[in-house]
Amino acid sequence: MTSSGALTRGGPLTSGDAALVEVSGIDKRFGTTRALRGVDLAVNAGQCLGLVGRNGAGKSTLVSILSGLTEPDAGTVRFGGEPAPRVGDIGRWHEWIATVFQHSMIVPDLSVAENVFLGTLPGLVSWRDMRRRTRGIMREWGFDIAPETPCRGLAVEQLQIVEIARALARGARCVILDEPTAALERKAAQRLFDRVRQLADGGVAVLYISHHLEEVFEICQDVAVLRDGELVLTAPTASLSRDDLVAAMVGGAGSAAPAAVPGAPAGTVASARPGRRRSPAPPAEAAGQHEVVLAVDGLTADSARGRLSDVSLRVHAGEIVGVTGLLSAGVATIGRAIAGAEAYSGGEVRLRGRRIPSGRRDVAQRAGIGYIPEDRRAEGFVAHLGVAENATMTISRQLSGRLGILRPRTRAAAAAPLTARLSLVSSGPGQPARELSGGNQQKLTVARTLAHRPALIVAITPTRGVDVASKELLLSSLAGVAADSGAGLLLCTDELSDLAICDRVIVLVRGEVFTEFPHPPFDRDELIVATEGMTGGAPRIVTGPAAGPAEETAE
Amino acid sequence: MIENPTPETSAAITVGSGGQRAAPLAAVGAWARSVNTGVLREVALLPVLVLLIIVGTIVSPAFLTVSNFAGIGQQSSALGVVVVGESLILMIGGMDLSLEATYGLAPMVAAWLIVPTSAFGAGTDLSPYLGILVLLAVGAVVGLVNGLLIVKGRLNGFIVTLGMTIVLAGLQNGIVKAQTLFNLPTAFGYLGSASYGQLPVSLIVAAAIFILVGLFLRYHRTGRAIYAVGGNPAAARAAGIKVDRVKIGVYVAGSVLAAIGGLMEAGRVSAVTGQQGYEEGIIFSVFAAAVIGGVSLKGGRGNMIGAASGVILLGIVADILDLANVSNYWIEAIDGAVILFALFLARVVGGESTAEER
Repeated sequence: MTSSGALTRGGPLTSGDAALVEVSGIDKRFGTTRALRGVDLAVNAGQCLGLVGRNGAGKSTLVSILSGLTEPDAGTVRFGGEPAPRVGDIGRWHEWIATVFQHSMIVPDLSVAENVFLGTLPGLVSWRDMRRRTRGIMREWGFDIAPETPCRGLAVEQLQIVEIARALARGARCVILDEPTAALERKAAQRLFDRVRQLADGGVAVLYISHHLEEVFEICQDVAVLRDGELVLTAPTASLSRDDLVAAMVGGAGSAAPAAVPGAPAGTVASARPGRRRSPAPPAEAAGQHEVVLAVDGLTADSARGRLSDVSLRVHAGEIVGVTGLLSAGVATIGRAIAGAEAYSGGEVRLRGRRIPSGRRDVAQRAGIGYIPEDRRAEGFVAHLGVAENATMTISRQLSGRLGILRPRTRAAAAAPLTARLSLVSSGPGQPARELSGGNQQKLTVARTLAHRPALIVAITPTRGVDVASKELLLSSLAGVAADSGAGLLLCTDELSDLAICDRVIVLVRGEVFTEFPHPPFDRDELIVATEGMTGGAPRIVTGPAAGPAEETAE
Repeated sequence: MIENPTPETSAAITVGSGGQRAAPLAAVGAWARSVNTGVLREVALLPVLVLLIIVGTIVSPAFLTVSNFAGIGQQSSALGVVVVGESLILMIGGMDLSLEATYGLAPMVAAWLIVPTSAFGAGTDLSPYLGILVLLAVGAVVGLVNGLLIVKGRLNGFIVTLGMTIVLAGLQNGIVKAQTLFNLPTAFGYLGSASYGQLPVSLIVAAAIFILVGLFLRYHRTGRAIYAVGGNPAAARAAGIKVDRVKIGVYVAGSVLAAIGGLMEAGRVSAVTGQQGYEEGIIFSVFAAAVIGGVSLKGGRGNMIGAASGVILLGIVADILDLANVSNYWIEAIDGAVILFALFLARVVGGESTAEER
């Protein structure tokens, strides 16, 4: 329990006295997934440590453990050398550490002062005192928000400052910032960086989590990299190049192979492609001769799911176009805007030359745009209605006669080939959708889309939450539809392994088209680098023993 | 179908004679649920209705007579038509408190335009047939305004229709200065007062409305859209259903049905009073009948068989209280208590699957 002994574990980071926050040997398992294995990490007072890693690397789990929300299976958390309070004792935990989550934890109808003291107010509230103390914190840290301001009117950036102020008001000496710039414009992000530097200069320990590596280089002295639940690198940022960092995140070919996406060999995403190549599909070059199905010009949208600014793209008949990027880059927004599920503020969407108005899903569908939504529970099916009815919901007009009569038997007959094609398992056409497994619910959503024979299918993360085998089946049936019917497919996903079926991949960064990969195979590392918003060739895999796969890139 | 009554009558007799109510009731409930043939599966209230009929027979020899049931039918049909309207609105995940006011105002406006000035009419002396058209139009306009405010204006349905209730009830009294309009023409009162033999026309019409709406919900694409919209509006929208249009349409249909219910009531009592609807407070009975019948307040679930059994249940309860000579001072308290108990019973007997639609 002598804390000083464990201090040096963090390598170059720790020096001298006790680390403010220290975890050692953290293991965490969710079912069969090992989210974290043997993670050691320390943050010192006045240090800004960046924590990076791919989606699913274990960042969120680590944050949750550090915030006292999740108990690790093994390992210890120590604050200033003392063992951490027990999990769930949020009040005492907050004395040490406070987390500013990606999703705002602000009550919009309360004032700034009330939010700063949320949950810590005594029985009798002295408004004067509360405001005075809020003003004090704001002044001390150089923030400039009046305590009386209602939070509803504040910008995202200001809300984050309120959350930081809340952490400071509780006396937290360590602040975790989880993707703080996800919803910020560049300038606002710059201002936030100034605040973060102030905090670190004032002796606060900052753990900064971001997908944007350039931010890490900008404000963090040190960086820690998580990959598949393991801490693979901890080093001062000054000693690293961006390529080093990416290499550590992605993993060298040799070391990453066992941990890579199941079924997809590490290295190139598209190496899985020859196996499930669509029959005699036109090569990418030939796609130019095909009819343009979808034409998007200057699409601009302001959405909670990520902004879009001035995005243009084309999808040809029979072509599969992937759109990828980080969560906040507008990948889901572009799909939703094209499908009419969300309004756009500028630009235009044309399907076979016909203009699709903003936010009119019904018009878009009748024009021939199929839509596989991102969140199947929210938008994919009606839980208490039967399988057949859900599968044929998009074609009820076609199935019903002139008087609108729609017989259950007709529905069942129309649904049967669709569910069979996707191997959807159910006890019968009348089984309510809520009784199906997650994968089968996703198939139901796909079936509903295929039912109306769309000219363009917009699929947003269609394989999320679907097991590996069903993933293959879903993707190949989507690709099959594109090949057979000549429908265009726009695959909006942050799942890089899904992109293997694509003819082209467009990468969005902060709502803009950053780059395009015109033909397969798509190099996994290059895609990752591009989604992080960085240019300049393929990164050298430094840590891996074999740099082979990085070289076989399409150039 | 012929053999079906046997098990539940025998079970229900046990209920009536024995003291242990819960066990046989649950058994009957389980039986009702185990019957897969569409229609019966949904009559979750059947055991409760049978129980009430037995109670009624014990209370009064006049209960189990054709004329008494014809009376129940006539008194319940106006309420029943409003319940159809409210059930539709509940099924799309909405709610409309103003149906009770429409139920009073629509016949009032129509009667006001029909009767002569001597009887506090407007002096337009409209033909009764045109008057009925006006009545339907009043219903449609109220429903359209509600629908537009709630769906397009994104206002809360509870407060919009509560406000609308007060406006409409005020109009109902305002246009005739709180007078009651008598001497309605025969054609206007026909729907509520006429009968074929012992069978009231209002009962026939109400039954026809229940059946038609029930079939519409089950076999029409718009009816199916109502379930989809109520069950998950986002999924319905994503499937290309015009969610707003369906919702507004249902608000209009609901108010038109409330107006027709009002016409039946006006015919039944041969007058339009200022109290009809809002001041009688029928909306509680409307909601109670729908909910007892298994229509979900959260939307997406319910059917006309359930709604009809809810209405019948309330009608029988009111009739039994009447026949039992319950003091007028107490009748409301007992009525309310019985409805609350019926809600509980419907839940116990029907379980989660009460009138579930698929």
